[in-house]
Amino acid sequence: MSKNPPTFNKPKRPNYISTTNACKLCKPLGACLAFKGIEGAVPYLHGSQGCATYMRRYIISHYNEPIDIASSSLSEKHAVYGGGPNLKLGLTNVTEKYRPAIIGIATTCLTETIGDDVKMYLREYAEDTRGSIGLPTFVNVSTPSYSGTHMEGFHAAIREVVAQMSEGGPRTKTVNLLPGFVSSADYRQLIEIMAAFGLGCTMLPDLSETMDGPALLEYEKIQGGGTPLKAIKAMGRSQATLEFGPTLGAFASGGDVLKEKFSIACHRLGLPIGIKETDQLFTLLETLSGRPTPEKYGKQRGRLIDAYVDGHKYIFGKRAIVYGEEDLVVGLTSLLTEIGIQPMLCASGGTSGKLQAAIAAVTKDTLVEQPLVFEGMDFFEISEMAEGLRPDLIIGNSKGYPLARKLDIPLIRVGFPIHDRVGGQRILHLGYEGAQHLFDTITNAVISKKQADSPVGYSYM
Amino acid sequence: MEATALKERENQIHVTSEAPFDIVCNKDSLAGAVSQRACVFCGSRVVLYPIADALHLVHGPIGCAVYTWDIRGALSSGPELHRLSFSTDLQETDVIFGGEKKLYAALRELIERHAPKAAFVYSTCIVGIIGDDMEAICRLVQAEYGIPVIPVKSEGFKGNKRAGYQAACDALFRLIGNGDTTGISKYSLNILGDFNLAGEIWMIREYYRRMGIEVVANITGDGRVADIERAHGAALNVVQCSGSTMQLANMMEEKYGIPSLRVSYFGIEDMAEALYDIARFFKDPEMMERTKKIVEEEVKQLAVDLEPYRKALAGKKAAIYVGGSFKAFSLVKAFRLLDMQVVMVGSQTGTKEDYEELAAITDPGTIIADDSNPLELTSFLTEKEVDIFVGGVKERPIAYKLGIGFCDHNHERKEALAGFEGMLNFAREVYSSVMSPVWQFVPRKKKAERAS
Repeated sequence: MSKNPPTFNKPKRPNYISTTNACKLCKPLGACLAFKGIEGAVPYLHGSQGCATYMRRYIISHYNEPIDIASSSLSEKHAVYGGGPNLKLGLTNVTEKYRPAIIGIATTCLTETIGDDVKMYLREYAEDTRGSIGLPTFVNVSTPSYSGTHMEGFHAAIREVVAQMSEGGPRTKTVNLLPGFVSSADYRQLIEIMAAFGLGCTMLPDLSETMDGPALLEYEKIQGGGTPLKAIKAMGRSQATLEFGPTLGAFASGGDVLKEKFSIACHRLGLPIGIKETDQLFTLLETLSGRPTPEKYGKQRGRLIDAYVDGHKYIFGKRAIVYGEEDLVVGLTSLLTEIGIQPMLCASGGTSGKLQAAIAAVTKDTLVEQPLVFEGMDFFEISEMAEGLRPDLIIGNSKGYPLARKLDIPLIRVGFPIHDRVGGQRILHLGYEGAQHLFDTITNAVISKKQADSPVGYSYM
Repeated sequence: MEATALKERENQIHVTSEAPFDIVCNKDSLAGAVSQRACVFCGSRVVLYPIADALHLVHGPIGCAVYTWDIRGALSSGPELHRLSFSTDLQETDVIFGGEKKLYAALRELIERHAPKAAFVYSTCIVGIIGDDMEAICRLVQAEYGIPVIPVKSEGFKGNKRAGYQAACDALFRLIGNGDTTGISKYSLNILGDFNLAGEIWMIREYYRRMGIEVVANITGDGRVADIERAHGAALNVVQCSGSTMQLANMMEEKYGIPSLRVSYFGIEDMAEALYDIARFFKDPEMMERTKKIVEEEVKQLAVDLEPYRKALAGKKAAIYVGGSFKAFSLVKAFRLLDMQVVMVGSQTGTKEDYEELAAITDPGTIIADDSNPLELTSFLTEKEVDIFVGGVKERPIAYKLGIGFCDHNHERKEALAGFEGMLNFAREVYSSVMSPVWQFVPRKKKAERAS
């Protein structure tokens, strides 16, 4: 047990009515991203045109990839008389132009408030189109943006996909993997790890290719990749579900539904960020596969420990602020703690009610002093508290840049969105390799800051 | 076009000289067609956004505020309150019991914290449904703090971006007339419809200063509440980006008798014509002389500087898809100046007259499109073998995925493209995409190589 650092002054949390520079996004955006990780899917927003356009722009600015989100394009008369006819027209038009395998329909605050019953409209639509061939599968999710963040939207969409599509039957050896919202590089990493253990795996969603595709000659109406529908159907027959999300549980998740409907054991882990959390994943995979960890990963782990040793002095006792989605914050805090950086403030716009306990669980063995942990925070509040905490670095998405600039400290860019750099979708966070990348980035940022501030300008550490 | 366009959209696409001109526009986007358009809120928000000493509070759930946080490259020479994203972040209980209390408290809190010169309160879809009386809350807070507190009626579903422009103009109109206009020169104007992206309005203001004209108010780039409040004292309204602020000019003409001129600051021709038009308006021979001198000085060097770009880019093909059609005219001319060929041009919100004029100034065979979508745009780009596509963030990945160059010409850009020096920046932007060696690797070029 290390004894770092001595106690620090803990400023009070401000309590504002208004929100300034939110540290969260709206619920339907998360649902659209989740749907986008299904093969042949077109995300569809039942609402006014602006929602789809705004979210597309926001997502494109991170991925630099096309993302078409269809919309019911509701206008005033639809708001009065109901959006059913436009929803049906929209579904017909999307079907005609995109020939999707599945349309994932998410509601918006407008359609939730006027009381549109999407389930009923879909039943009517099924009646209207009875006998038609080539119709896609429809999945719908309720995502009023006045209740929960983009992460609730993401998890709700995953839950609805399995609840509405998965079927039971004879058990298979397959493992369901529900990683939550991570980068395209992370999804690729997870696919590799599962394959290395020889585990058949259905990962939902899979944004590894749909949102990080190659340059093309012919434009794909729907980008290739994503979780196949057939595999989603078979998820009700898998041997186990593996779900990342230490702050899940305030509402039913995909793993919960699979457990309840098909009695599939659900293993809930933290995002595998850093050695300790990744070890938990590998231990579980050893059990599930009955195989030892493949040598490749043993070597990665060995190199990572070697790197931790080589770099530990440059970062020991540094003070960090971590912000973003709750599960990501927990994973990053675990990594910081195990490399000797003191997390001062762990903040999220989410309000699961579980962040504090999840942070304590990953830090209590190492940290003498618990960080401040707050849910429902915005960047104005984070910024106000930051001054008294004298951080050396901040870790999170691009939206913390104004704070980093004000404090003249490095911002370690992780998560979503990365709007001020290229390649956000290729940032690797997960596994030993992800930890290696993050460790090198963090350590070099600290070294670089010291070098830049030095009057000497040395080129040798 | 049947291969790419939904049947209901065919009459919103026209190919010049294939048939007598006809196009349908200004209609609601088709459900499921993945329009590139936004909503009423978006229209209001982009127009009012650059007013830097005002508080911009979005009344609604978090999405609308968070997607418009610091998105415009609209610079301020002083306060930067506009760059913060304020929201009432309505929750389920607010939706059930009404959001008025929270709005009132949030407004008071933010006004006390930031001491703004005015506050704009934007309504969103949901506010229009739950029926919060924004007008009443704003009146209350205005009386309490003695600053203008203006509701912007921007419920997203009440039309498209155009309706949002109108709501923004209505809001601005409530500010105008509050200020003291004594001492304003008879040679004076307001700049409407420039948003000071990358400092463009500073360049434009400098031209006017050299001409001997006083600028009363920037509406809205680098805008200030106090300036806008005395905008009714100006002799002339000069309107760029006519879609967004022409309504305001019309309202000001009706109430205050201020005439207006439509101009464009993009490209040499249009920039020069704008200055000449204004000089002619003031009927002052000395001003006209000064204007000629400015144009002469600016253009002389520019012609020399542009030459290498023109040589390299001559004959290349360009496609344009922008929000407002007025910008499209200037872009067509700017490409012509570079000896490039425009093969497709479209906009989100153009009028029939706009498209007719575009059809008249472009070459035969050019595709003209209203309210297009990714699938159509993709087929246009491929069919016309385009070298560069000009548009906004949503259009960029379409071009890049196909291995086609791209130039950002929207409100997020960080390059000044207006004014005389803006033309040089534009040429450089186009050049740095079209001439990049990376295209040698893309499948499109590989195929072309094999074919030749």
